[in-house]
Amino acid sequence: MIRVVLPPHLRTLAKVSGEVTLEVEGRATQRSVLDAIEAQYPMLCGTIRDHVTKQRRPFLRFFACEEDLSHESPDAALPDAVASGAEPFLIVGAIAGG
Amino acid sequence: MSKVRVLVGTRKGAFILESDGKRENWEVSGPHFAGWEVYHMKGSPADPDRLYASQTSSWSGQVIQRSSDGGKTWETPGGGPGKSPQGWPIGESNKFVYDTSEKTGKPLTTHQFYDGTQHPWEFKRVWHLEPSLSDPDTVYAGVEDAALFRSTDGAASWQELSGLRGHGTGPYWQPGAGGMCLHTIILDPSDPGRIYIAISAAGAFRTDDGGITWKPINRGLRSQFLPDQDAEIGHCVHHVAMNPSRPGVLFMQKHWDVMRSDNAGDSWHEVSGNLPTDFGFVIDVHAHEPETVYVVPIKSDGEHYPPDGKLRVYRSRTGGNEWEALTNGLPQQNCYVNVLRDAMAVDTLDSCGVYFGTTGGQVYASSDAGDNWSPIVRDLPAVLSVEVQMLP
Repeated sequence: MIRVVLPPHLRTLAKVSGEVTLEVEGRATQRSVLDAIEAQYPMLCGTIRDHVTKQRRPFLRFFACEEDLSHESPDAALPDAVASGAEPFLIVGAIAGG
Repeated sequence: MSKVRVLVGTRKGAFILESDGKRENWEVSGPHFAGWEVYHMKGSPADPDRLYASQTSSWSGQVIQRSSDGGKTWETPGGGPGKSPQGWPIGESNKFVYDTSEKTGKPLTTHQFYDGTQHPWEFKRVWHLEPSLSDPDTVYAGVEDAALFRSTDGAASWQELSGLRGHGTGPYWQPGAGGMCLHTIILDPSDPGRIYIAISAAGAFRTDDGGITWKPINRGLRSQFLPDQDAEIGHCVHHVAMNPSRPGVLFMQKHWDVMRSDNAGDSWHEVSGNLPTDFGFVIDVHAHEPETVYVVPIKSDGEHYPPDGKLRVYRSRTGGNEWEALTNGLPQQNCYVNVLRDAMAVDTLDSCGVYFGTTGGQVYASSDAGDNWSPIVRDLPAVLSVEVQMLP
């Protein structure tokens, strides 16, 4: 089981509160986790990564285990703690405004 | 007596206001989609309970919302359960993919960028949603980077009308300061094949065959920022308006200049007349008097607020050139708001109502064609768009 924390606006859009939990077949990677999110919450398609290119939207970041994973390969394995559900995968809106 | 519904898109959500035909007391609901920019929201002329909204953010991109009960509840169409072969729902309603097919999309690959180089088309957001006049499930979307999309399944999926970008001048279009957006879509009620659109900063375009082929309609426009001031394309059209009873007559608020066409855009002439400044964004036409036109002059392209700190709507009852200031009920000192291009609308009651929203968060309304104004809501986030619906 993978735990994911969505940014507040996307929790509203997906009609969820708190963390969401996902089952991911095979190795847990950014790509497999995002595939599972979009399958379970189709209204989030296009809001975290581009529909076609699958590029992360520039103002979102991926954190886990106190590390910034945003620039990791989408096919790189996520930390074991994320894959086991001990730690959540965080999707965070970049800070902006003043 | 008919009821009136006003749809207000703002920088931080959408608001819906309703009143009876007296238009004195307004109920406000919202914010819908709180925290998101709502560039535009519009109801279907064929079914007033069918609404479409463009919800967008720099963080999470584009979302299209649809309501079938007049805005009480909303859904993201295309996101229903059990749509994919695997049984998972499919989120297609915010999927705007440019046509790059060999048959219809080539060579729609680049447009001119700020620095003069060619730049790939990149979808950013939906500026304007225009529901069909007859089918609640058909709706057009004007997007940035400029293109026109159509959905025929209630916004569940979208297809580009690529003949617009591909008619020939597309590679020469370039963005204005607000981006390269297709912000105006006008459907001709007398001719289902005729659609007008406008793009900043490319100009106005028309199709007469339902969106397959297009041509620029910018003859008569002059823009000082262009090396060829009366070029075929490149003009920063801010908005275009039409009275449905006279669809061949168009009024345009350009970056500078208020313009008029009497031949469906084939040629334009200036009708700025005695306006204090002919810069502005909004323009609209009285519901019953096709020669009565409204604009809100803004000081300049560098100073986006009313001249002299006075918020004044200007009305021409002569189809342009002769303008009168409408000030009753509007702030006449220390007012430095802007009124953006899609933030004015009219109702069709016998005494025509006129509505506009400001970047200061007020929506002003006049129930007597502009003679007197009052705020029907104030202190909202900056208003991006205002539309009006008549309800039975």
